Amino acid sequence: MVSMDGALLDLKRLDQLAAGDSALHRLDPRTKVLATLVFIVCVVSFGRYELSALIPFFIFPAVLIGLGRLPAGYLVAKVALVCPLAFAVGIFNPFFDRTVLVQLGSLGISGGWISCASIVVRTALTVGAALTLAALTGFPTICHAMVRLGMPKAFAMQLLFLYRYIFVLAEEGGRAARAREMRSCGKRGRGPGSYASLLGHLLLRTWQRAERIHMAMLARGFTGVFQGRDNARFGTADVLFLLTWSLLCVTLRFNNLAQILGSLVTGISS
Amino acid sequence: MADALLSPAVGATMWIASAGAIAFSSARLGREGDDRKAPLMGVLGAFLFAAQMINFSIPATGSSGHLSGGLLLAILLGPCAAFLTIASVLVVQAFFFADGGLLALGCNIFNLGLLPAFIVFPLVYRKIVGGDPSRFRQTAATMIAAVLALQLGAFAVVLETVGSGISALPFDKFLLLIQPIHLAIGLLEGAVTVAVISFVQRARPELLHAAVGVPAVRGSSRTPLLIAFLACAVITGGCLSFFASKDPDGLEWAIARVTGKAELKAPEHGVHGALSWLQEKSAWFPDYGFRPAQAAAPSAEPVQEQTVNIATGASGIIGTTLTLLLVLSAGFLLKKFSSGCRSPQSMKKTLLTKAAPDFR
Repeated sequence: MVSMDGALLDLKRLDQLAAGDSALHRLDPRTKVLATLVFIVCVVSFGRYELSALIPFFIFPAVLIGLGRLPAGYLVAKVALVCPLAFAVGIFNPFFDRTVLVQLGSLGISGGWISCASIVVRTALTVGAALTLAALTGFPTICHAMVRLGMPKAFAMQLLFLYRYIFVLAEEGGRAARAREMRSCGKRGRGPGSYASLLGHLLLRTWQRAERIHMAMLARGFTGVFQGRDNARFGTADVLFLLTWSLLCVTLRFNNLAQILGSLVTGISS
Repeated sequence: MADALLSPAVGATMWIASAGAIAFSSARLGREGDDRKAPLMGVLGAFLFAAQMINFSIPATGSSGHLSGGLLLAILLGPCAAFLTIASVLVVQAFFFADGGLLALGCNIFNLGLLPAFIVFPLVYRKIVGGDPSRFRQTAATMIAAVLALQLGAFAVVLETVGSGISALPFDKFLLLIQPIHLAIGLLEGAVTVAVISFVQRARPELLHAAVGVPAVRGSSRTPLLIAFLACAVITGGCLSFFASKDPDGLEWAIARVTGKAELKAPEHGVHGALSWLQEKSAWFPDYGFRPAQAAAPSAEPVQEQTVNIATGASGIIGTTLTLLLVLSAGFLLKKFSSGCRSPQSMKKTLLTKAAPDFR
């Protein structure tokens, strides 16, 4: 895992992207959640050896990043960080699956390599779509959308609480880790005993913080539910957005666009 | 567990199982009506993120590990609240740290949340600790529960992956690969949990009593229900993935059932006809010597449709490259087009990089 400090900064940046103001940012969050869901289901429903038909699906994140004015380099870097993990999982395929599926001159490509590449491409697509959704919508808004789609309120409250306090507590944990590092000459602490008491103290402080938060919430009239503003409406733009992407995804699911294009260009019919 | 390894059937089944457990736990917590728990759960979830920033070095290996905390939460909060907390942590990780993915979220919540909180904690930990929480018993229970939770989780990953059929790893090899690793992780996790719990017990023993005492009585009556629920999930999962692996995939299977034929047949006229006409006209390399490997082979036996698709390799690869280029340029053009008006994002970016605090 990358360092948590960096991850935290990253998280803040992703969160701030959601404050952007483009036509896509203004869509009803439910629309974006549903469209992403359709996209992901279409992508993962392909068979093991499908590679070329997956490529046209990159149109979804590409268009969203383009229209939403998101920083493409930053998102691509985040996806690229995950791809080695996917590759590590897929790398076993070439050893177990050696039947040659594609013959290019003297070079035979086995099914294992193709399914391995397919796994990496799938990861890039699904992770890219999730990140784009988060960057276009913002986590609290996604939570409210999910509640309106049927998620239990208690769970939504838990998610919002967690999201609010990640920043606070992760900074506290980071401070503790840094302080320990400075007191132990750059090493990771002084054995398991000090680690446990450090973690224990952090836990106790966290618990006390929760008690303080609870009292503060009671003092402000907390009744058990968060009052979120609920002004999102399902408009024409939303219907259009959802229909277009769903149709496109389903069409691409059943027509291999890359293959068709390739046949057009090379003249080899499939 | 990652999206890329999942078939939709397995993913959907695990989603249903996890969503059911979330609904159950939410309703249960709502009925308990203890509104102290809401902030506590939220902040403890955030604590897990904070705890991951503090690494410890593993003796004699040179590597380092950190607490993942599922069992710790179950001991502190009881199964329902712990499950919701773990699930929420996984949701945030899926969205912002790109761990797993949205479809795999169901699996991850099941493996890392439902199994430890609803199976291992009530059936193993509580049974061993019993009514007499002596030091030795508690330590033994924590260690055993931690190891079991991770072994079960790893086993579930194997089942889900093999059931999906995307990875070519055979069942036994995958099992041999993953279980020993998780044995080591489980032992470490158990040791850390024991250490933290015993620290809390010395510093503020009332936290543990408050947390363990109350739900222990009420939780036991629900156990049979949960086991039945789990059995249902596993059985449906097994059935669905059986269908999924027999046919090319679940979606196509569903379509075959709906339309009554195996594949949606492309019409000879219409778009496909026009395309094949266009294809003769537009070919850049007409009659070039790309010969697909299996096109020559007799196709009498039913070859899988993916195999056939791949067999027309050359045109596929060229088409793929072209599509990728087209898609990327579409994205760039759109970006150029829409950032013609001055984007607030770029301003924010420069602000952010200037204002970012130095964490070193």
